[in-house]
Amino acid sequence: MSIVECKDINKTYQQGKIEVRALKGVTLSIDKGGFVALAGPSGSGKTTLLNIIGSLDQPDSGSVSVDGNTFEKMTQSQLALLRLHKVGFVFQSYNLIPVLSAVENVEFVMLLQGVQAAQRRERAKAILDDVGLEAEYDRRPAELSGGQQQRVAVARAIVSNPSIVLADEPTANLDSKTGNGLLEMMKKMNEEKKVTFIFSTHDNMVMDYARRLILIRDGCIVDDQIK
Amino acid sequence: MYFQLAWRNIWRNPRRTAVIMTAIIIGVWSMIFLNALMRGMESDMIKNSISTLTGHLQIHHKDYRNDPVIENSMYDTKALETALNKVLPPGAHRAARIRVNAIAGNARHTSGITLVGINPVPEAKTSFIGHAINQGRYLKPEDKYGVIVGQALLVKFETKIGRKLVLMSQDTDGNIASRAFRIIGTFKAEMQATEKQFAFVTITAARQMLKLEKGISEVSITLPDNIDADHVTTRLKAELGTDGYQIQTWRELLPIINAYLVIFDGFIFIWSFVVFIAMGFGIVNTTLMAVFERMREFGLLKALGMKPWWIIRDVLSESFLLLVMGMTIGNIMALLCVFALSGSGIDLSAFAAGAEFAGISKIIYPAVYAKDVLISNFVVIILGLLVSIYPAAKAARFTPVEALAQT
Ligand SMILES: Nc1ncnc2c1ncn2[C@@H]1O[C@H](COP(=O)(O)OP(=O)(O)OP(=O)(O)O)[C@@H](O)[C@H]1O
Ligand SMILES: [Mg+2]
Repeated sequence: MSIVECKDINKTYQQGKIEVRALKGVTLSIDKGGFVALAGPSGSGKTTLLNIIGSLDQPDSGSVSVDGNTFEKMTQSQLALLRLHKVGFVFQSYNLIPVLSAVENVEFVMLLQGVQAAQRRERAKAILDDVGLEAEYDRRPAELSGGQQQRVAVARAIVSNPSIVLADEPTANLDSKTGNGLLEMMKKMNEEKKVTFIFSTHDNMVMDYARRLILIRDGCIVDDQIK
Repeated sequence: MYFQLAWRNIWRNPRRTAVIMTAIIIGVWSMIFLNALMRGMESDMIKNSISTLTGHLQIHHKDYRNDPVIENSMYDTKALETALNKVLPPGAHRAARIRVNAIAGNARHTSGITLVGINPVPEAKTSFIGHAINQGRYLKPEDKYGVIVGQALLVKFETKIGRKLVLMSQDTDGNIASRAFRIIGTFKAEMQATEKQFAFVTITAARQMLKLEKGISEVSITLPDNIDADHVTTRLKAELGTDGYQIQTWRELLPIINAYLVIFDGFIFIWSFVVFIAMGFGIVNTTLMAVFERMREFGLLKALGMKPWWIIRDVLSESFLLLVMGMTIGNIMALLCVFALSGSGIDLSAFAAGAEFAGISKIIYPAVYAKDVLISNFVVIILGLLVSIYPAAKAARFTPVEALAQT
């Protein structure tokens, strides 16, 4: 059963007078429970594709749907609610709200969803335990290492059981050991909690973790292999 | 948790928060404090004018105000008495007077004055004269040739207590009546003009001089603080009828004072407006800066699934918190200032020459009215939130893609 459907997506950016075609007719379908890597050189369109799947950006043509919701006719508010309940994000950096502690950052999404305070706290702590941060509940982002910050981001992304988690180069700012640790953890969460992960990378080591590897170049999918 | 978030965000940049708070504090403080000063001046002006013979309301013969001569006196004092006894609330005071234009003269000087014939005992309870004597003594009911004049008139006439003063006016027959009085005391008033204008004799002496058997020119009434003059006036009108009498409140009797009050209100309004413009710009600028600094964060919040409206709400709650804190401090400071000055007042003697004609005293005591304070606070909070909408809307419009692309 597919959870993400992209049909013939085109996206063109204007850079001054030059038109840059970031995506050229991308069609893609991703199954529930997948652990999918989106790989390609810099400028190939990985971020653009992830943003479009996450409804942060709109394609010029083509259609996208997540968990049966087709974006085209949805308002900004409806898309916001869709992101809130169905999509988790992990960005390359600057993932966390600086004035909130680790546990509060994880709670924040549940707060927006209207989860009761006690339940929020309990679930946030449990998920931080899962990602190996049981000692870091009350630290602010500035007091956490880069790897720990990314773990908090992953914890927040998966805490409310979204349909998909989109991670744009989550390990790019980490050394390889920490990066591998983060991917191990993501894989564990994917296997234990059946969360669908789609992450982008141009790092070969990272690609090795994926069960499905989609190669993208100049805005086109050039290879798609299931391992 | 929303509150915690807003609270912590406010203190992320303490210096900027301090700037906004200062703007709010100064705004609120100055609005309340200046309001209190203006109100102090106003109430002083009213009190002075009222105690300078006007009272809260007066009753005259219907033609007296147009033509204040002795013929336009009220003769049916019985009817007046009955009506007043019926209508006036406990704590009200009243004084009947004869009041005509006259000329005062001694060997060296003459001057136009107002001759006031009073009943010394009730008059002392109603108007300022009972406690304004600074030399000599006050009138007694049996004084037939005693007169009290203002300190300034005494100086102008180069005379002193015990000397004679001749008063002249038209009597009921239409002849010029004159009578020699002896100055038995002088009074001080807030304004020199008052001291030069009035000469007080007993009502009996005035009647004899003017050949008036009975009858009075006016009844002046002062009311306790909580009684509305308009209400009493209406009831008196119903009781006495308006054919023979003219019954007016101080607002009608003192149109100039009333006009000043309107101007004062205008001042307060303009000042509030100026303060608010300055404060509003301060709030908009600093909030806008804060919002732009946190652009990535707002992008993140949107990516996480916050609707644009939720972001507006969050920015507004931060402004609200700032406003409430600033207003609390501003209110406390304003009330402390008022309290500190309530004992000694602010001495305006340096400007008194200019202020005097308006009936303003030399020392102002600020007066705080709950209504003014509430309005000031209400205006600040509503307008403060209104000007915060612009930065808030800006924050809500950052798109996650743009915001997160910022480094
Ligand atoms: N907002 C934008 N305005 C103009 N051009 C853009 C914009 N965003 C992306 N592009 C262009 O679109 C193309 C695809 O960009 P994208 O960020 O998707 O690449 P990427 O694969 O994520 O690269 P990287 O590995 O460097 O992150 C690039 O040529 C980029 O310059
Ligand atoms: Mg990218």
